[in-house]
Amino acid sequence: MTLAVLGQLGDAIDFIFNKREGPGGAQVGGDQLLPLLREHLLITVVAVGIATAIALPIGTWLGHSKRGSFLVVSITNAGRAVPSLGVVFLFFAVLGAGFFNITLALILLAIPPILLNAYTGVRAVDPEAVDAATGMGFTGGQVLRKVELPLALPLIFGGIKTSTVNVLATATLGPEAGVVTLGDPIINPSSYGEAGRLGAAILVALLAVAAEVGLSAVQRKLTPKGLRLSEQATSRRRLLAISKRRIAPTS
Amino acid sequence: MSTRHAIPAFAAVLALALGVAACGGSGDGGSSTSSTASGSSSAAIKKNSANAKTTITVGSKNFTEQKVLGEVYAQAFRAAGYTVKTALNLGDEKTALKAVKDGQISGYPEYTGTALLSFLNVPASKLPNDATEAYDDVKSGMQKQGIEAFPPTPFTSSNEVGLLKPEADKLGVTKISDLKSKAGQLTLYGSPECRTRRDCLLGLEQVYGLKFKKFVPVNVDQRHQVLTSHQADVSIVFTTDPQIKRNNEVLLEDDKGMFPPYNSTFLMKQSVAGSAGPDLAKTIDLVNKNLTADVMQELNARVDLDKDTPEQAAQAYLKQFKLIA
Repeated sequence: MTLAVLGQLGDAIDFIFNKREGPGGAQVGGDQLLPLLREHLLITVVAVGIATAIALPIGTWLGHSKRGSFLVVSITNAGRAVPSLGVVFLFFAVLGAGFFNITLALILLAIPPILLNAYTGVRAVDPEAVDAATGMGFTGGQVLRKVELPLALPLIFGGIKTSTVNVLATATLGPEAGVVTLGDPIINPSSYGEAGRLGAAILVALLAVAAEVGLSAVQRKLTPKGLRLSEQATSRRRLLAISKRRIAPTS
Repeated sequence: MSTRHAIPAFAAVLALALGVAACGGSGDGGSSTSSTASGSSSAAIKKNSANAKTTITVGSKNFTEQKVLGEVYAQAFRAAGYTVKTALNLGDEKTALKAVKDGQISGYPEYTGTALLSFLNVPASKLPNDATEAYDDVKSGMQKQGIEAFPPTPFTSSNEVGLLKPEADKLGVTKISDLKSKAGQLTLYGSPECRTRRDCLLGLEQVYGLKFKKFVPVNVDQRHQVLTSHQADVSIVFTTDPQIKRNNEVLLEDDKGMFPPYNSTFLMKQSVAGSAGPDLAKTIDLVNKNLTADVMQELNARVDLDKDTPEQAAQAYLKQFKLIA
């Protein structure tokens, strides 16, 4: 049994690297996957980019002004309940099949985690830090940019990471409406074989891991040096269990 | 804009479909009766009470055409005096074949092309183009697995190139090869797997040398909507789709024989078929004789568009062709 599983896995890995004739007669796998990969990455970057551009300003502003928690929570919950394939078919009559339709569905999928995390992150910043900054003569915008945003960075990136992984996984429904992504081998085993299905699934999983690692690196780069140091100190202290300071959203 | 147009258009199509259905009981269906059954002396299925001791469990896969076919056979066997049970919701062909081999069901209708590809591992490029040859291959191949394949239906349920009639008239095309000089201006829609299939885009490119302006993969349920909403110029549809007649679509003739035959053959375990006696084969023959593409389209229409149950559609078929009283 284990051997059979290994054999299938080996076949799937071979599919990723080497072109072959699929059971349907077409050339599949290997470099034939490149256009699929390109489309998959493109649609993910566009969808997450637009979702961030929409949700991040709204989320941080609402968090900063401490208003609209009802709105954010409602949008988030409603957005999470909507199935992406349903959105694709809903807009089919208006937008037709294609890049735009799938991107819209993915944007709607990506907005809720980014919005909620940006809101919560800014909202949960220690009020004493904000008071201190105001006391030093910071304007509202300065407080947001120099105090709240840096402190909220881990949660903000958490939202973007969650959305990116969701979008990478959901972009596999592309071929259902005109966009040939890495979902193609997953939904068409009759053309790609089981090795193709598993191989493409492995690729998507690897992309998700890579996105997680890559975005974490970006996050470290964006975190101000002082915060990085204090974070390290905190985690070291936590490790030694000398003191535990709970950071929880206050809302 | 286009949504506002699309909704009344859809409503109109639906109303039209229902209107057709209302008079379809005798008028629409009647015309296909006369055309297909005129030459045949379709005798009614004779009840033989000796058959009651044999129990036949009819299976089918879980989509409309299969359910209707399953019901047709079930009711026909019942009329022949057999004790009949049904299991009309098997997932896919592999599940169905396993159910036959394990004895969960006695038999079910399968398409010759599917049996060759899936059960006998014939590569897609080696599928025969001739319906009789395909059936003979299935028959001899399945025999080795202990399964009898009964002679198939006249209809084949395969892919075809479809487009709206006014569009076809405007382009002046009736055969797929007529598209040769025109494909460059046409957008083709097909299911996601179409792109990589020989009986779809791959074949149209390789066998007919067609280069379409664009190929757009869409969910298979959208295959007719993309035509009626004018997103697609040409769409890959199934030969037994009920929407073809009702949406005023035409199918282009496959003049190079690219689409392999998918006639429906009833598969049954040999041991079960043997113990059921000669009435079984006779009943299947009587049932299959009138199952042409036209008739199958109509039966699918009754279930998919008119919301009849498969039982009702099957019974209407058997009565219409005087197979049962």
